[in-house]
Amino acid sequence: MIRALFALFRRDIDLALKAGGAGFMALAFFAATLTLVPLGIGPEPALLARIAAGMIWVAAALAALLSLERLFQADEEDGSLDLLFLSPLGGIPLVLAKCAAQWLTAGLPIVIAAPLFALMLQLPSEGYVPLMLSLLAGTPAFFLIGALGAALALGVRRGGLLIALIVLPLYVPFLIFGVATVEAALTGVSFWPSFYFLLAGTLIATVLFPLAAAAALRLHLS
Amino acid sequence: MIEPQDRPARGFDLAGLAIRRGERLLLRGVVLTLEPGQALTLIGPNGIGKTSLLRVLAGLLPRAAGSLRLDGLDPREEPEAYAARLLYVGHRDGVKPALTVAENLRFWIRLFGAETKGEARALAAFGLARQADLPAAYLSAGQRRRLALTRLAAIPRPVWLLDEPAAGLDADGRGCLADAIAAHRAQSGLVVMASHGELAIPDSRLYRVGESPKAPA
Repeated sequence: MIRALFALFRRDIDLALKAGGAGFMALAFFAATLTLVPLGIGPEPALLARIAAGMIWVAAALAALLSLERLFQADEEDGSLDLLFLSPLGGIPLVLAKCAAQWLTAGLPIVIAAPLFALMLQLPSEGYVPLMLSLLAGTPAFFLIGALGAALALGVRRGGLLIALIVLPLYVPFLIFGVATVEAALTGVSFWPSFYFLLAGTLIATVLFPLAAAAALRLHLS
Repeated sequence: MIEPQDRPARGFDLAGLAIRRGERLLLRGVVLTLEPGQALTLIGPNGIGKTSLLRVLAGLLPRAAGSLRLDGLDPREEPEAYAARLLYVGHRDGVKPALTVAENLRFWIRLFGAETKGEARALAAFGLARQADLPAAYLSAGQRRRLALTRLAAIPRPVWLLDEPAAGLDADGRGCLADAIAAHRAQSGLVVMASHGELAIPDSRLYRVGESPKAPA
């Protein structure tokens, strides 16, 4: 079971890196969106500093969303999904393995690149640590929630839009607590309470969404 | 994980099995028993429900009614133990074009918890030894099918469910498959295959899908 889990995790990472995959696309989208912000808003440092955390979080959410359409679709189209369901990974473990691989190739690069864009958007220095921590704790939830959207949208033509409609409302609490974590640090109060809320949300998402996504996949197969 | 030898092999036991696709009752009253070492060929026109029957046997589709047991296991009650006894090769090959031939097979071997050392032998058994390091994107349709079939040689499971396994295969490929099936049955393996006559398994039983009692209109 552990070996199978690791095999799927590794294969998905291999595929993401090899096929010029989703990982690079998500990071490029994140970078492109954030580059547009100062061009649209104007280069005034005070204004940029105020919106920096929010813009980075919104861009991260949209970049994660963008990478989700193909999460199960490729495996569904070529028949791999049948094999995954017949393997010891059954339902929930396969969703977890795929989410973990997707986060590592599409989510983590965004987290790592975030300080660069924080610098560009003039985020005050005390905001960097909470920004990184909150992105580390919050972005996995984007992929776990997205797995449910991707599973429900399987077999729907132009499923990407459907995924966005299902998933974006569920992103809201994570966005709020993520940005609140950074805002707290900027206003000089402790950022830990917001951070713990965010972390709790991600842990709840880890339990609930793979369960729901596995059920949706099973329903799609039958 | 449950090893195949944990329970005595008794084969398939189907009684009054019915399959529903959407609103339509596709098949009903399917009665079958199959013992280890036997082979069954499902025949019948397109759309009659051969693939659906195979997918129900694999535990991928739920049955609408009736009972289904493989070595005494019900796929509803013990899905993991049930799935651990079989290999399913469907229409779609499940081959990832970005990975090499050997990487594709190695992934399946690890996924299904088999021994990696069977890899070279399995590739050779289906005539893919020379293509092992070639990206699967360069394979022809027939070669992709051969690659999907290497699972049978690399992952030891008592029950094989094959959905038109010879589709797209050349004479040599059909020969490889026939040899693999013969070897599997010699070790009291069980084979259920849907076919349009591209491949004939010697002394296989035939089952005409859809000739059991018709669903009332």
